Amino acid sequence: MTALARLYVGWARIAILEQFQYRVANYFYMIGMVAEPVIYLVVWSTVARQSGGSVGGFAPADLAAYYIVWTLVRNMNIVLTPFAWEQRIKEGELSAELLRPVHPIHRDLAYFGGWKFVVIIMWLPIAVVLTLVFRPALDPTWLEIGFFSIALWGGFFVRFFALWALGLVTLWTTRVSALFNLYFTAELLLSGRLVPLSLMPGWAQSLANFLPFQWAFQFPIEVLIGRRTTSEIWFGLGMQVLWTVVALGLTALLWKRGTRRFAAVGG
Amino acid sequence: MNLFRLAWAHLKVGSMNEAQYRVNFFIQIFQSALALGTGLIGLWLVFNQTSDLAGWSAPELLAVMGVHIIMGGVIQTIIQPNMARLMGDVHRGTLDYALTKPADSQLLVSIREVHIWSLVDVVTGIVLLGVAVTKMTRGVGWIDSLGFAAALVLGAVMIYCFWLILTTTAFRVVRVENILELFQGIYQAGRWPVGIYPLWMRGSLTFLIPVAFAVTVPAESLTSRLSTGTFMVAVVFTAALVVVTRIVWRIGLRYYSGASS
Repeated sequence: MTALARLYVGWARIAILEQFQYRVANYFYMIGMVAEPVIYLVVWSTVARQSGGSVGGFAPADLAAYYIVWTLVRNMNIVLTPFAWEQRIKEGELSAELLRPVHPIHRDLAYFGGWKFVVIIMWLPIAVVLTLVFRPALDPTWLEIGFFSIALWGGFFVRFFALWALGLVTLWTTRVSALFNLYFTAELLLSGRLVPLSLMPGWAQSLANFLPFQWAFQFPIEVLIGRRTTSEIWFGLGMQVLWTVVALGLTALLWKRGTRRFAAVGG
Repeated sequence: MNLFRLAWAHLKVGSMNEAQYRVNFFIQIFQSALALGTGLIGLWLVFNQTSDLAGWSAPELLAVMGVHIIMGGVIQTIIQPNMARLMGDVHRGTLDYALTKPADSQLLVSIREVHIWSLVDVVTGIVLLGVAVTKMTRGVGWIDSLGFAAALVLGAVMIYCFWLILTTTAFRVVRVENILELFQGIYQAGRWPVGIYPLWMRGSLTFLIPVAFAVTVPAESLTSRLSTGTFMVAVVFTAALVVVTRIVWRIGLRYYSGASS
């Protein structure tokens, strides 16, 4: 166990050192990503102002808070893309991974986990600029900040394992882009990324309740901007644990079945 | 005339190359459908709450979306693939092969790739635009349509110039994918009329990254909002940008020494 822990620390450190070297590239990526929430923010603030000051319980300053915290959660939500599996299989990387004594998921988890520390540090100046420009109504208590830092990582775990499981579909077929894009579209709509779910029609909200998406995205945001009561927060953290376990189980199942039928390219 | 024949030949070969990969066509249709669906849901959510957005009615915003998709299709078909290839060539040193040919180098690097399947987006956008126009209460006159077509061409030229300037200057600093990512993020702003953005953003979306000229101005023409003044600014700005691009390209070439030498 201590050996595995040491491995984790090592991989995380590699990720941190590596990603700090590519800080300009990382910044380009992060700035490109900021465009998306800013667009949503401007559109919905316009709607809020036109409909008498608020829309779905969000005044422009609340929307600003929502979409600024959005940028951090979105960055924390970046995990191994399922599209990476195609390359792993095509280039024979997976065959090498299978020879290692450690399950490959550990390295991915450690690497992306380590990268997140770089992301959080680089995100701070972006948050400052966005705050100065859009003046959010953001006044969290220390308790909310504490819960938020747990929920933030909870969201990371939910999405990490869910996408890892999804990526394993590539072991059966390499024609996966349609499936993946469908998944990402559903996620965009039902996670709170496009709009807070309270602006969606009721049936869409009930649909979202049966899916993992909002627990990785909208839930951490709303913890920090103070839209969840303490009992709701405990429930949300529970949902994060539940969906992590579900995704982990799915990963284990798909991995066992998939590696059995996997035939390496060129092997 | 020779230049046009050269461009035409390149485009033909490029399309034939791409046309071999038929499955990509269906993947593209699926992706376009998803993107269209998402866009429509976004519009629908907005108009669930309000009857107009900063003075634009639902059919008018549908028209903006149509123009946005058309222009996006043009960018994906011809502009972006060529610029990506140019950046790749610079990194690998294979740009020498294009430069040693006895034709204009700027033209050559701009027409070597054609992703014809992205034309699906152009068609999607045109259909959407057609639907939007029939739903608009005010008809579209022929002056509006002419202005629209002209503004669309000007917009495409501006985006091309912007891309080439970016490519010739920025490749030393960052990787190709990062520039693509950044542009695609910012291009999404064009889905909505730039008038809704705060002033400083409007400025950069107009002159720094000409999304406003590429999408909003054509849409303004279609909805009888375009003033002659704005149109003239678009013409002058395009002309200036073409000249600047040419100069930047020349300077870039002077400093380019090939990776192998």
